[in-house]
Amino acid sequence: MRIPCPYCGLRDAHEFSYLGDAAPQRPDPAAPDAADAFHDYVYLRDNPAGPMRELWYHGAGCRRWLVVDRDTRTHAILGTAFATEARS
Amino acid sequence: MSSRYSVFSLIANAFSGQKGWTPAWRDAAPRPDYDVLVIGGGGHGLATAYYLAKVHGIRNVAVLEKGTIGSGNAGRNTTIIRSNYLLPGNQPFYEWSMKLWEGLEQDLNYNAMVSQRGVLNLFHSDAQRDAFARRGNSMRLSGADSELIDRDQVRALAPFLNFDHARFPIQGGLLQKRGGTARHDAVVWGYARAADRLGVDIVQNCEVTGFIRENGAVVGVETTRGPVRARKIGLAVAGSTSRLTRLLDLRLPIESHVLTAFVSEGLKPVVPGVVTFGMGHFYVSQSDKGGLVFGGDIDGYNSYAQRGNLPVVEDVCEAAMALMPQLGRLRVLRSWAGLMDMSMDGSPIIDRTPIPGLYLNCGWNYGGFKATPASGWCFAWTLAQDAPHALNAAYRLDRSRTGHMIDEKGVGAQPNLH
Amino acid sequence: MTRFVDGGLIDRTRPLAFTFDGQAYRGFAGDTLASALTANGVRLIGRSFKYHRPRGLFSAGSDEPNALVELRTGARREPNTRATTVELYDGLDAASQNRWPSLDFDLQAAGGLFAPLLGAGFYYKTFMWPAALWEKLYEPVIRRAAGLGRAAEAPDPDAYEKAYAFCDVLVIGGGAAGLMAALTAGRSGARVILVDEDFRLGGRILSEREEIDDAPSLQFVARAEAELAAMPEVRVMRRTTVFGVYDGGTYGALERVGDHLPVPAPFTPRQRYWKIVARRAVLCAGAGDRPIVFGGNDRPGVMSAQALRSYAVRYAAAAGSPAVVFANNGYAWSAAFDAAAAGVPIAAIVDVRAEPPPVQMERANRRGIRVIAGGEVIATSGKLLSSVTVRARGRTETIAAQILAVSGGSSPTLALTSHFGGKPVYRADIAGFVPGVLPPGLSVAGAAAGEYSLARCLAAGAARGAEAANDLGFTARATPVPQAQDKPITVSPFWHVAQSRGLAFVDLQNDVTAKDIAIAHQEGFRAVELLKRYTTLGMATDQGRTSNVNGLAMMAALTGQDIETTGTTLFRPPFTPVAIGAIAGHHREKDFRATRPTPTHAWARAQGATFVEAGLWLRAQYFPRAGEADWLETVKREVTATRASVGLIDVSTFGKIDLQGPDVGRFLDRVYINTFSTLAVGKVRYGVMLREDGMVMDDGTTARLADTHYLMTTTTANAAKVYQHLEFCLQVLWPDLDVQIASVSEQWAQVSIAGPRARDVLARIADAPLDVSNAGLPYMGVAQGSVMGGIAARIFRVSFSGELGYEIAVPARHGAPLARALMEAGAPFDITPYGTEALGVMRIEKGHVSGNELNGQTSVADLGLGRMASTKKDHIGRVLSERPAFRDPDRPTLVGFKPVDPKDRLRAGAHFLRHGRSAVLANDEGYMTSVAFSPTLGHWIGLGLLARGPERIGETVRAYDPVRGADIPVEICRPGFVDPEGERLRV
Repeated sequence: MRIPCPYCGLRDAHEFSYLGDAAPQRPDPAAPDAADAFHDYVYLRDNPAGPMRELWYHGAGCRRWLVVDRDTRTHAILGTAFATEARS
Repeated sequence: MSSRYSVFSLIANAFSGQKGWTPAWRDAAPRPDYDVLVIGGGGHGLATAYYLAKVHGIRNVAVLEKGTIGSGNAGRNTTIIRSNYLLPGNQPFYEWSMKLWEGLEQDLNYNAMVSQRGVLNLFHSDAQRDAFARRGNSMRLSGADSELIDRDQVRALAPFLNFDHARFPIQGGLLQKRGGTARHDAVVWGYARAADRLGVDIVQNCEVTGFIRENGAVVGVETTRGPVRARKIGLAVAGSTSRLTRLLDLRLPIESHVLTAFVSEGLKPVVPGVVTFGMGHFYVSQSDKGGLVFGGDIDGYNSYAQRGNLPVVEDVCEAAMALMPQLGRLRVLRSWAGLMDMSMDGSPIIDRTPIPGLYLNCGWNYGGFKATPASGWCFAWTLAQDAPHALNAAYRLDRSRTGHMIDEKGVGAQPNLH
Repeated sequence: MTRFVDGGLIDRTRPLAFTFDGQAYRGFAGDTLASALTANGVRLIGRSFKYHRPRGLFSAGSDEPNALVELRTGARREPNTRATTVELYDGLDAASQNRWPSLDFDLQAAGGLFAPLLGAGFYYKTFMWPAALWEKLYEPVIRRAAGLGRAAEAPDPDAYEKAYAFCDVLVIGGGAAGLMAALTAGRSGARVILVDEDFRLGGRILSEREEIDDAPSLQFVARAEAELAAMPEVRVMRRTTVFGVYDGGTYGALERVGDHLPVPAPFTPRQRYWKIVARRAVLCAGAGDRPIVFGGNDRPGVMSAQALRSYAVRYAAAAGSPAVVFANNGYAWSAAFDAAAAGVPIAAIVDVRAEPPPVQMERANRRGIRVIAGGEVIATSGKLLSSVTVRARGRTETIAAQILAVSGGSSPTLALTSHFGGKPVYRADIAGFVPGVLPPGLSVAGAAAGEYSLARCLAAGAARGAEAANDLGFTARATPVPQAQDKPITVSPFWHVAQSRGLAFVDLQNDVTAKDIAIAHQEGFRAVELLKRYTTLGMATDQGRTSNVNGLAMMAALTGQDIETTGTTLFRPPFTPVAIGAIAGHHREKDFRATRPTPTHAWARAQGATFVEAGLWLRAQYFPRAGEADWLETVKREVTATRASVGLIDVSTFGKIDLQGPDVGRFLDRVYINTFSTLAVGKVRYGVMLREDGMVMDDGTTARLADTHYLMTTTTANAAKVYQHLEFCLQVLWPDLDVQIASVSEQWAQVSIAGPRARDVLARIADAPLDVSNAGLPYMGVAQGSVMGGIAARIFRVSFSGELGYEIAVPARHGAPLARALMEAGAPFDITPYGTEALGVMRIEKGHVSGNELNGQTSVADLGLGRMASTKKDHIGRVLSERPAFRDPDRPTLVGFKPVDPKDRLRAGAHFLRHGRSAVLANDEGYMTSVAFSPTLGHWIGLGLLARGPERIGETVRAYDPVRGADIPVEICRPGFVDPEGERLRV
């Protein structure tokens, strides 16, 4: 697999490490339902068979966290962006 | 119904031109209604059906398989059986599985080539030795066998390993002599045949496309071969669990990942038992046919593609060459990949669900094959008794809510690290 | 003579000597081992897998199922090597395999007598009683008889390399289609890589007597090669096999750099494993001849029609005379005509078709070749083929023949197209499967796509090559295409002579017979995947390239389904088997992984240190001295000397992370459980960080160097993990925080000195005005200045050993000089270098947790550090660490242990059991995490996690360690055996 890093260009996937689904957002720790919200954030996954937004870290390159759109059925990469920009 | 297998049936058939064999299991068409439906015709699903019929007397059971039985992970693993676990939630379960393996062939009247040739986990540092001692002691406490052996004992047992020019020298190993391998396809066929003999319908080419719900409960499934109803429905579709539970808006602590396995060209006997490397993810054994069967880590990203990429291929071959440099000229014949339900703590789930009528057997990570008998046995119990058995009591679906994780590797809620 | 007097693409001026099974032979440059054996009349080359039947060559290419040999000897012995793909070299030494005592007389062939018993599924139906005999008797016998060749017994002495290549268009296969594809794309200026598994380009052209542009087709190959060689952006790789298609246009390929030499040339690898990244690829892999299944179809001398042609035309050889051809298609006839023209007498062409096309009949007549139309071969005889029995129109006739050339049609070589799961599609008009859905970026041309005539191969190659280049923005033209024959393919589907005598083989290598297919059908193993697994059809080293289609066609006939519905199995990578050593490259044995020496490595080695692996690092474990009996004595000395005076250790392996920016304090408050925003400049604080699931991730000290500048240390093991985690927090969770971080682990060497005289030593290397007095640099303080006359340094007054201690950091290149300077400055105090063992002893004496306790399964409360957590702020892991399981009072918690009998040795990994309770899992109360012999106390001490441990100080429990045969009483005590109040730290 080859990932187009917005900073480094098209690079082999072994330069990156994978965290997982980018959808879950760290909840507000002060909210009354924080216990449930944190549980769902840390443990529950949609695990889609199809396009998925996911977090990759370019550890052997620019050390940027990326949000990568990728199809889990085909491994086709549909797009990438810096995590800082994709989520802000 | 199929006849009993024995040396006599073989001879009789030899003289009759092999014309006397009958189908190993009926190719059943789905009936509209069952007591229990098991979704998934892999080893776990078929074993569940078998034990439902045999142990609990529930014979009005169907196994629905979207393709042909055993075409998922049951036919894609590296065939290792062992009960060398660390944590109290795991160890008794896997030891029960081992006990079931030990009597499986006579029970099923099918030679699944269960071969207790030993599983040797190598260690390469003092800290690993202590961790293995902790594990070996856990195994003893649960009635399993384990031996902590030193470098010289490893050398005597496995002289073919690299002891002299290693980056991470072998210091010893944890040996489970009762561990070994089994012929994975034969396990599937043996359970299928035995379940069929007890009246279970094995329905192939029958893909579940939806669930039938009434008053919040699941009372049946829609399939490519029509609707099928049942009082209880158990999912045993590891790798694809989330695809089905999505239809029920049930989110699970599971990701699907791809794991590649390899077989080499056939060789005269080299590796007698199973060996695992302690400084890289690598395990190897030799099949009765002569091929070295080996594997390593998952690719590390969510995938439903049933195929992996080169970094893992390299990683595995590098570990092989770290451990057995005499294999340099031996060739990889074939590689294939399966879909793993990687769970958040690396341990499985066998439990009821918040949805009445629906039961879950999933999250097997790398470890599904060795668990096949106990998984079927415990899932059958859970389905029949509507409550988990003590052996799968820790495999609760809601354990992440209470924090009772069963994290053998201690890497936390990141499935690709387990 | 079996070598013809002239012809062939061999160099008769370069004879080569070789041996097979110890017998000396001669061949020529340009031969393969297979062609050279053929030219020497050697017809028996191997034994089959299951029945040990004698076998000869079936093919002339990489789809060979029969002729597997052990090539070379000793550490270079290479089992299961296809004789058909081995390029002959001088001195080649090969041996047959899977036979005993000899190839000619193989006792295990007696097993063939039991063939009626050994049908498909045989193993699954027996050997079940008595259960104990499976491992002891049945299985060892089966295992010895199975397998094929023998692995070498010594490490492979050859080197391997890994390499990357990038191109616009990758062309796989250098036959007619591949050459045109490469020329067409290359002419457009695209970067092209053309690979071919053969040592010579041309593909089937090399074995056929065809014309291109009214001249012998070899001239076309020569012109194409010359033109490609002249293009600067085109690279031609011979002896290279693309073995797999992977994501992102990555193709795995193996180049056999030195396999055609007795040993690889100096400084070159034996093989090179390539990752070729291609924007487009064109597969031009050709097609293979398919056998026909009939009784006795495995006898040495039965081969594919294309193999007969290839040996005759390309290698000017035939292993016997005459030949009979048995086929259902016109392509086999042209093979027969070419072979005849090269010098092989053809006794007859037997064609299953009652009325073969008149054109072909006429061509046969013109050559005087007898045709038996509507005929079938129903038997063969001879250990090596001597005659063929043919039945036609109700009459049976036996024809003397040493070669039976068979063709049931062609099978496109499409394995690579199914590596992404694309299922091959059946085409009835050519009675074969063609590629289905293709991997992205890959197209197929020529025979691999079922386009068989030479003209179509040339045209399709040009067209696919042009499309690939044009897709990428180049301007390529697919015309003009050279002129060649465009004979239509004529084939009449035919798989199996049902009424024939003897075992009829479907899969030659795995000995799968027609009867096995029938058994699988009877027993319900009818789906192709079940058929494959139950009979082992297609699971041999050729992945069924010559057998799958026949097998599934026969199953289709039995079930009454058509072939389309029956379907086929998928090919898996690798296309042809690939050496494990090649994929590993240099990463083997000592070089399996990189080695990270510390800045003081050479110095420590000079001091006689023994080293230990710590992840990729090598650290000094201890420094033995002459006269010391064992490591324990050494470590005792190191600890005692440190506690008495001063010791020194390199701690550079700790992770070091530099954090700068106005928000660092707030940031650290969120990642650590305790507070860092309040840390004063010039101070250091111990911190613990959690994973979001509430378990401890790592610990270490962090210093505040300036108002907006902190320096974090991590454990050695978690340096990379923590860094990645911090980047995650900054970029993903809190991008609003103004913090920049950088790993400086490699930039700074860090040496720790500890012991009551540590300050005296430090003072001697510190440059003015650095004040290292207790007041100037108090406990948990940090100072910046210089040492050794101008070397920038940071000095942290921290201690892991419990003694007065300093960690001195200098730029990495000054690490070894720093160690030497400290040794010199400490000489008056007998400064003692110590290693990780003594470090471990002292930290256990102090009760500090380390890797064994920070194992990812422990919470801060488990480690007795719960009080550290600030309740005034949120931090990573706080919420989930409040789950019920974390608050369970029975959770094992950190305490210390000492043996009740001071002579007893403690062992980490022992489990704790209450006295009087039986040794079962239900009574398990925890385990020992770390142990050491304490020279300070004179007995073993330990740390461990015990249920309700802190409430049970003074109680004794069993330390149960059956894997080491120990079961001893130990007393629970507080962790912190030496100076529990920490007075020595502050002096």
